[in-house]
Amino acid sequence: MIGFDLIAPHLPVLTVVVPLIAGFLTPIIGWIDRRLPWYWVVLAMFVVLLIAGNNLVTVINSGTIQYKLGGWDPPFGIEYVIDLLNGFVCLIIAFIAFMVSIYSKESVKKEVPGKTTPFYAVFLLLITGLMGMTITGDIFNFYVFLEISSLTAYALIAMGDRGDGVVASFNYLIMGTVAASFILLGIGYLYAVTGTLNMADMQNILPGVYESKVVLAALAFFMVGFSIKVGLFPLHSWLPDAYTHAPSTASALIAGLMTKVGAYAMIRFMFGVFTPDFVINTTQMTNILAWAAALAIIVGSVLAIAQSDIKRMLAYSSISQIGYILLGVGLANMIGMEGGLLHLLNHALMKCALFLVAGAIFYKTGIRNLYQFKGLGKKMPVTTTVFLIAALSMIGVPGTVGFTSKWYLALGSVDAGQWIFVFVILLSSLLNIVYFWRIFDNIWFGHPHEIENIKRDEAPLTMLVPMVILAVLCVFFGFFAYYPVHYVIEPLSEALLGLGGVLSR
Amino acid sequence: MSGILDIVYAEYNYWIYVTLMMIGFYAMIAKKNLIKKVIGANIFQTAIFLFYISLSDVTGGTAPILMGGHGGEHAADVIYTNPVPHVLILTAIVVAVSTTAVALALIIRIYNEYGSLDEDVIRAARRELQPEFSEHARQKSVAEVSEQ
Repeated sequence: MIGFDLIAPHLPVLTVVVPLIAGFLTPIIGWIDRRLPWYWVVLAMFVVLLIAGNNLVTVINSGTIQYKLGGWDPPFGIEYVIDLLNGFVCLIIAFIAFMVSIYSKESVKKEVPGKTTPFYAVFLLLITGLMGMTITGDIFNFYVFLEISSLTAYALIAMGDRGDGVVASFNYLIMGTVAASFILLGIGYLYAVTGTLNMADMQNILPGVYESKVVLAALAFFMVGFSIKVGLFPLHSWLPDAYTHAPSTASALIAGLMTKVGAYAMIRFMFGVFTPDFVINTTQMTNILAWAAALAIIVGSVLAIAQSDIKRMLAYSSISQIGYILLGVGLANMIGMEGGLLHLLNHALMKCALFLVAGAIFYKTGIRNLYQFKGLGKKMPVTTTVFLIAALSMIGVPGTVGFTSKWYLALGSVDAGQWIFVFVILLSSLLNIVYFWRIFDNIWFGHPHEIENIKRDEAPLTMLVPMVILAVLCVFFGFFAYYPVHYVIEPLSEALLGLGGVLSR
Repeated sequence: MSGILDIVYAEYNYWIYVTLMMIGFYAMIAKKNLIKKVIGANIFQTAIFLFYISLSDVTGGTAPILMGGHGGEHAADVIYTNPVPHVLILTAIVVAVSTTAVALALIIRIYNEYGSLDEDVIRAARRELQPEFSEHARQKSVAEVSEQ
């Protein structure tokens, strides 16, 4: 393993470089043989998964990793910092992307015929953007990666439904540009008062200038910008169309990851650039966020009930689930924060599995209207079982991941003395049962007359394997939430809330 | 009156950027034509670039190129403007150009699909073309099933 010693110090940056290089090589690979890009993407994502896993283990064992790009010292050069927060998020990104890349083989061949090579090139660039956003310790570098991930997401969505996909992509582009411009403006404001772009350096300088109105304006710009990016309720208008009309693979990837990384960025800027005391006590930003999130939880669930297209229903459900994550952050106490961060992982698993199931059903039958799902339970037993597990998890049945994070969130609300949030969580769970029950009802109990004639016609193996793995993980982390909570989330929440720990250096 | 003018004049660069930004923002939200929306986005982004550039100026500063460099002695008392925002904005300009390129590519496809760039016309056309997932279609499918 002589070669590994050479590579080992550069592992942090390789999480970004591997998908970037692989993305630009994809057209050449596809030019050699049109079937190769899928193998290439799976290989690249596997390598990224190994690197991200290794990074997180290193962080857990020996603390924060700092990587100086080009050897320039931090306040002047760009620095990549991996602590528990972004090591954790990086692993989620790498894992979900790996699962989706395996799944994509047949689905992409059917839904974007003749464009598989560009699809995979853009896929890898999207992962580059998300990884970069997560891993960087420099706020302008963050903006650049944000735009990389946004631009590639526009391209992926535009490859979806003819006409509708393009319009959805354009609307997302306009909203996304507003969001990114607000963030750029916020960065400019912070640079104007601190004269630095390094996040850690900025956090040290900012407390001296909290009196300045410029800092308040910057915080407001960041919060609005990220709220658009994650689709927080009043700013969610781009999200349902974009999720509905993208190709199934892209929907799963974007729904599973884009909003999570947006939520990560929100957490990072609130607690890693500004100081916890400032956002919690001085400006009451977390309080505002908690109320906005509670609103999003209710409205998202109610709107989801009204939908008949399964992907659109899942999109609205995403809006409410993002509310859970931000509610946990907004509660700003240990248990609430743990619940929010745990939901970051859990929602990525559940929502990705649900979108993959929707894609598999669309692949086999061409149906997305959930009132036409009758008899599917017999036709595609494995796929629908995965759906059952993920949906139960979404509702929050004990023994699944959804329960643990909702439990933590409810405890956090009680801890904060906000009983109304406990009520919101319960109400939303009931609404979840309503909109998922319609589908259960149609899949298993809505027997059409020719039920005897329905043959078992399951999705291909490359689709089944990732779905089943995600469903198994939904149950596994439901019973063994101890591992992520003990190793990552507990120390992380302590550090974020400024109770001492890894983030401050 | 002169008091207000003085305030405006003292920081006129910021007033210009805020005005431009609002013009761009208005165009992005209120205009029905997709091309005008993209133009609005460009004005919006350009306003932010101007903000960064005016931020970097130092009174009496010169271009940030070492005076008396290249082997000679560095002049110590020269004031330079801040080069960092310029560099940042070079990157942001590239990003803005690529956003515009993607937007225009999407607009071409929208035009080919619907034959119009007006938001209202496109919305009407979508409603007509895609009844598949509408409430009407849902009720129809429910009715079909109950007939059986």
